[in-house]
Amino acid sequence: MDFFGIPAPLLFGQLLLGLINGAFYALLSLGLAVIFGMLNVINFTHGAQFMMGAFAAWMLLNFFGIGYWGALLLAPIIVGITGIILERLMIAKLYKLDHLYGLLLTFGIGLIIEGLFRNEFGSSGMPYRIPAELQGAWDLGFMFMPVYRGWVVVVAFFACLATWLVIEKTKIGSYLRAATENPALVQAFGINVPRMMTLTYGAGVALAAFAGVLAAPIYSVNPQMGSNLIIIVFAVVVIGGMGSILGSVLTGFGLGVIEGLTKVFYPEASSTVIFVVMAIVLLARPAGLFGRA
Amino acid sequence: MAAPAAAGAFEGIDAEREVIWGFTRPQLITFGLMLGFILVAPFFLYPVFLMKVLCFALFACAFNLLIGYVGLLSFGHAAYFGMGGYLAGHAAKVWGATPEVSILIGGLVAGILGWLIGMLAIRRQGIYFAMITLAMAQMVYFFCVQAPFTNGEDGIQAIPRGKFLGTVSLSADMSMYWLVAGIFIAAFLFIHRVINSPFGQVMKAIRENEPRAISLGYRVDDYKLMAFVISAAISGVAGGTKSIVFGIATLTDVFWSMSGEVVLMSLVGGLGTLFGPVAGAAIIITMQNYLAEFGAWVTVIQGVIFVLCVLAFRRGVIGEIGRLLKVRL
Repeated sequence: MDFFGIPAPLLFGQLLLGLINGAFYALLSLGLAVIFGMLNVINFTHGAQFMMGAFAAWMLLNFFGIGYWGALLLAPIIVGITGIILERLMIAKLYKLDHLYGLLLTFGIGLIIEGLFRNEFGSSGMPYRIPAELQGAWDLGFMFMPVYRGWVVVVAFFACLATWLVIEKTKIGSYLRAATENPALVQAFGINVPRMMTLTYGAGVALAAFAGVLAAPIYSVNPQMGSNLIIIVFAVVVIGGMGSILGSVLTGFGLGVIEGLTKVFYPEASSTVIFVVMAIVLLARPAGLFGRA
Repeated sequence: MAAPAAAGAFEGIDAEREVIWGFTRPQLITFGLMLGFILVAPFFLYPVFLMKVLCFALFACAFNLLIGYVGLLSFGHAAYFGMGGYLAGHAAKVWGATPEVSILIGGLVAGILGWLIGMLAIRRQGIYFAMITLAMAQMVYFFCVQAPFTNGEDGIQAIPRGKFLGTVSLSADMSMYWLVAGIFIAAFLFIHRVINSPFGQVMKAIRENEPRAISLGYRVDDYKLMAFVISAAISGVAGGTKSIVFGIATLTDVFWSMSGEVVLMSLVGGLGTLFGPVAGAAIIITMQNYLAEFGAWVTVIQGVIFVLCVLAFRRGVIGEIGRLLKVRL
């Protein structure tokens, strides 16, 4: 079975890889958007926190014997707590200043974290085994689908959905949306806005760490795994605009697929295609696909 | 980002009066000190190290033109620095151009690249501007990884220093140093001239209050783009000079960490100050020199300096000195 002269297994294999990358773009840009909406800070540390999630999973396994399923729950909590400490100690000091200082601060923190991990673990990656329950592959007829990869796409999708439900359909979410629009007014109603900001940052960071745990068995766990990803996620955020939760999820998955298809049809451009899309979107719709000008 | 150094700028009215060429008296004195240092230093310090400092000081000055005077944070200036380096190296090695022509080619190409990327980036403001410039610079990086003329991971090696104007050989470090010093001082004065021109006044107006500048009838986007192109071109000159000095142009100079470094240099020295980027570049390069053997700790220390500067030291070294002396430097 061929499509445009491309054998089906190759095409669908790259599509699946694209979906997986897209899942990470979606999870990470979602976290960035939630944090930016509430704190007005672009969290440059996000890539490092994604990496910390993967390392937390690796450490939990190698130091404490806690496997993948435990790590999926514990790593986001641990990394989320470090995020909360970070927000209280440093980021909270900058809310009254220009937003760009938040960017510079979180960039610096990212450098520190990445450097520390590189000192401790070196640049080469550590392997992390796929859990026994998710090993193997399904035969779909036209291609073999590794179970773990299918799992990542499905779980990431449901994690995004859950985040959307929390923000759009719960009381906490309504506070969050209100505080994003007008923090002073929400505070006047007796809601502790600074604490909400802290918890929002913690939740966004936990989401990044969750993505990191999902990524651990696919990519090798290494200190640089986040920093290159985060720049692509920035482009995704520019393309989607940070105004809409569903928008950033859709953009994330969509761009992953576009990247996967480019790998099939014009591999030379696969590393740059997202930036080209960004340039086109900026020319046609400067506010982003789902953004408000 | 309003430059913090501008706060309380007009405290000492006398010191603020222009003396000559748009310099105030304290600025003129500082410029004299810098000039004296540049002339004397190569007899006491290693010229190659000084040339590296001067290249990065020029790069930081170009970057500071945008952040300090137009309020635009570009997080992708490595693209212009690195591209300038590649093109100057290519011109000198493959086309056999003289060093000054090679460096000019580097600056020209970086300026064109800045025009292309600037057109996209100025369509958004603030945080988005920073993210767009970073993403486009990463695209340039991936382009350089694949393009044949950059030699991928190896970079362009053994770039000849050649002969200045086809006659004076630059193979001796001292003769190379005088060319680098000349380029730096010329470009520094050019940037100073731009800042103090009517064009520069509009730039500062945009930094202070963009909607107001628009309502006064200025085509703000044109001014931003022009400033961006000037900044990119000078970054390209800095990168080109560096590759001629060291005879090598590599992917390191186009990578995002280089963009971060130039932000750090300007921040340490003082955003929006005339001499801050120069001092910042000297501090960071000296630090890297002494810490080179510690490997990844350099990254950690740079991160710590970033954090400290943002949290407690936003005026930078020169900004703080200026505040203590109640003058604008």
